[in-house]
Amino acid sequence: MKVHLKIWRQKNQQEKGHFETYTVDEVNEHMSFLELLDVLNERLIKEGKDPVAFSHDCREGICGSCGMVINGRPHGPDSLIATCQLHMRQFRDGDTIVVEPFRAKAFPVLKDLVVDRSALDRILQAGGYITVNTGSAPEANSIPIPKKIAEEAFSAATCIGCGACVAACKNSSAMLFVAAKVSHLALLPQGQAERTERVKKMVKAMDKEGFGACSNTGACEAECPKGISLRHIARMNREYLRATFIAE
Amino acid sequence: MKLDAKIPEGPIQNKWKKHKANLKLVNPANKRKYEIIVVGTGLAGASAAASLGELGYRVKVFTYHDSPRRAHSIAAQGGINAAKNYHNDNDSVGRLFYDTIKGGDYRAREANVYRLAELSVQIIDQAVAQGVPFAREYGGLLDNRSFGGAQVARTFYAAGQTGQQLLLGAYSALNRQVAEKTVSVFTRREMLDLVVVDGRARGIIVRNLVTGEFERHSAHAVVLATGGYGNVYYLSTNAKHSNVTAIWRAYKRGAFFANPCFTQIHPTCIPQSGSYQSKLTLMSESLRNDGRVWVPKSREVAEKIRRGELTANDVSESERDYFLERRYPAFGNLVPRDVASRAAKERCDAGYGIVPTGLGVFLDFRDAIERLGKEVIRERYGNLFQMYEKITGENPYETPMKIYPAVHYTMGGLWVDYNLMSTIPGLYVIGEANFSDHGANRLGASALMQGLADGYFILPVTIGDYLATLPFDKISTDLAEFKDAEQKCIQNTERLISIQGNKTVDELHRELGKIVWDYIGMSRNREGLILAREKIRNLREEFYRNLRIPGGRHEINEQLERAGRVQDFLELAELMALDALHREESCGGHFREEYQTEDGEAKRNDELFSYVAAYEFRGEEEPTLHKEMLHFEYVKPTQRSYK
Ligand SMILES: Cc1cc2nc3c(=O)[nH]c(=O)nc-3n(C[C@H](O)[C@H](O)[C@H](O)COP(=O)(O)OP(=O)(O)OC[C@H]3O[C@@H](n4cnc5c(N)ncnc54)[C@H](O)[C@@H]3O)c2cc1C
Ligand code: SF4
Ligand code: FES
Repeated sequence: MKVHLKIWRQKNQQEKGHFETYTVDEVNEHMSFLELLDVLNERLIKEGKDPVAFSHDCREGICGSCGMVINGRPHGPDSLIATCQLHMRQFRDGDTIVVEPFRAKAFPVLKDLVVDRSALDRILQAGGYITVNTGSAPEANSIPIPKKIAEEAFSAATCIGCGACVAACKNSSAMLFVAAKVSHLALLPQGQAERTERVKKMVKAMDKEGFGACSNTGACEAECPKGISLRHIARMNREYLRATFIAE
Repeated sequence: MKLDAKIPEGPIQNKWKKHKANLKLVNPANKRKYEIIVVGTGLAGASAAASLGELGYRVKVFTYHDSPRRAHSIAAQGGINAAKNYHNDNDSVGRLFYDTIKGGDYRAREANVYRLAELSVQIIDQAVAQGVPFAREYGGLLDNRSFGGAQVARTFYAAGQTGQQLLLGAYSALNRQVAEKTVSVFTRREMLDLVVVDGRARGIIVRNLVTGEFERHSAHAVVLATGGYGNVYYLSTNAKHSNVTAIWRAYKRGAFFANPCFTQIHPTCIPQSGSYQSKLTLMSESLRNDGRVWVPKSREVAEKIRRGELTANDVSESERDYFLERRYPAFGNLVPRDVASRAAKERCDAGYGIVPTGLGVFLDFRDAIERLGKEVIRERYGNLFQMYEKITGENPYETPMKIYPAVHYTMGGLWVDYNLMSTIPGLYVIGEANFSDHGANRLGASALMQGLADGYFILPVTIGDYLATLPFDKISTDLAEFKDAEQKCIQNTERLISIQGNKTVDELHRELGKIVWDYIGMSRNREGLILAREKIRNLREEFYRNLRIPGGRHEINEQLERAGRVQDFLELAELMALDALHREESCGGHFREEYQTEDGEAKRNDELFSYVAAYEFRGEEEPTLHKEMLHFEYVKPTQRSYK
């Protein structure tokens, strides 16, 4: 099959970007979307043009590197996948596919489809951890954790830090991302000691990075490649409320 | 130079304890006067950097990723071993030690492996305390499963995302140290050279991948935790950017490279589907707990499946050949990786393959689903099944997976002594980047264990012994050694850009990958290896004549990044061929066709090859081979048998 790609091109952070259109013939339905970009890039290089810059690494939906908005949807037109797991069988012969970077004030575009998501790291550095020095841990089975709780914590912990939730949100809120970490740690007995401080510090860092407020539209959950649930946002809101009460 | 592994004296159970007691200490107030560079933020690098920061050292961490959390370790699926014996199935440190030595086909150091088995239990404690949500049983205690090469259930897991959860644990510890200001993280920086001053590792040269600037960084010691080099094969299960550059350039600065030809081919990966393929996806070994591997008994049936005239479900039980269960009744589908991979290759080469290319076998869950129900299978492997379906468009709950072996892990790497120090004083190597504790074949769920043992528990202790002997003075990056190294990097980068030939990096890399896979892959022979060396040399010559890189060096330029990596792969590949050629025996993942038993199993030669082959770089000349002899006092080498 054959597809037309309308791709956002931007030389660097300073310059303004624009769309350019390319046509790729000989698309195979088993190809991944990133492999399609590889094929396009090989051609551009041969033609003496600049290939399209995009982030990727694991190409199996776990590292969180990849991420672009495809036909208006972060990670493209399929659910529960990262961009690298999108396959061409989702498209039809002759389709025009619009490809843009994740857009948010807190994610400046560095080049083409590559954005800077280091703001997410800084939120976690503010408190997304349990304080335990190497070597000081008690025997692992000394703290039984009910299977259901462990599974709920795990479901939050599977966040890959891709930022699609931010890109999907009309307010560019990072609530789902932050909630995933707050919820994961608040559910576990190990996370209790720092529970109050953690949520406050992380919310403060989130606001400082310029992410917007959450208005509960659920767009984040719909586009999250790992299906992180809005439940975690609800839990984080309770955590935050609790923390402010305790402080007062 | 004689290789000294510095293995402590005394009975194996006491070596580590005794050694620790003898190591010099740096007093807490002095720790902050020492700077340490850690390159890499995978399990090994993140755990080391966090632990060093906690101790009070000033740590600078580098990664080419945009965040430490993206390191390749994130992709590890199946699990991590630990000799906790929670299942009362008679597991012990001694048994894990034995399994690892045997699994490695008697080509690893006993003392290191014993220490690894001892530390395994502490890793689980540490991870749980950090909040790593391992799978649990209904009573709330930790669950385990079995992995290849073991007859006990000692593998801890978090669904099919164990690496992710462990890495996020180490990353959170790292984040805490960033908050405490003991650790600074430099993301999007690629190390391109090691700086050696007066024979000691003193710093690195990195390229800022956003601005293209080169930077010089100095420290009292340098730790490389830069992962494995499986991508020399082009197609592998490694993340796209994984590469050999950091350790290769350290090799060219004097660190010995050990056992380069020991590479692991993983039996269960999704087969290649077309020439555009950019990587291969692993289906975790844990699937072999419940999945059964088979091909049809008849070539005609296989042929019909290949042509799409029959499907797996049309083949009756009596027409199926569960070849692993048939050949290895004691371990069945859970034989070690090298054994399972070769068995699959043997069937496919004989014409029983079941995908259009002929290179694929079935991994079938039908019986497990009947026995346990769909829900239990979903709980155990849900994300893997989903991943498989997204890639292939087929539903493994209904039709068996199709799998084939693919390159997965590299046991070879920089040589290190018992303290994890390379042959360059002050240069430490941890995780997959060192030649490690896995001998000629790594057992499943042992890489995570090794990376974390190195990073949390070994390196932070042993490095103090070295630092304690050094003055505190900061090392200036204005020294000639730094300037020269930086100049060399710039020149090389400009040279690559100036070639302006006709082939892209990927084209050349694919060609290299094919040579390495065909001749230094699952089976090797003398003639092929000699031919491979010649082909690699020719390709290298073409690389410098015909490479084409778009753009310049002062911008984000992935093609330029990749070119530097392929440049090193082209040199490494030749060393792999040389090593494979010299090792005239079969052991673990190194299968020389000339050396096999009557029933096609690997035939070791302990009399001549019971050693670690460590190579010293000699410029244009052939590298010098140094041998570290291996002595087995506790596990007597025998012909490995999984029958
Ligand atoms: C798909 C898959 C599944 C696996 N599953 C399992 C499993 O279930 N159990 C198990 O035990 N093992 C498993 N393994 C093996 C295991 O994941 C790896 O061996 C291990 O994670 C390697 O960790 P590491 O810390 O040594 O290196 P990596 O995680 O590879 O990290 C390397 C780091 O070094 C950085 N780096 C490298 N070069 C440079 C440079 N030049 N400059 C700057 N930074 C650099 C990278 O940015 C990265 O941060 C699996 C491997 C694969 C491929
Ligand atoms: S919550 Fe989902 S969308 Fe947001 S960063 Fe995590 S994985 Fe990505
Ligand atoms: S490339 Fe890793 S998640 Fe897509």
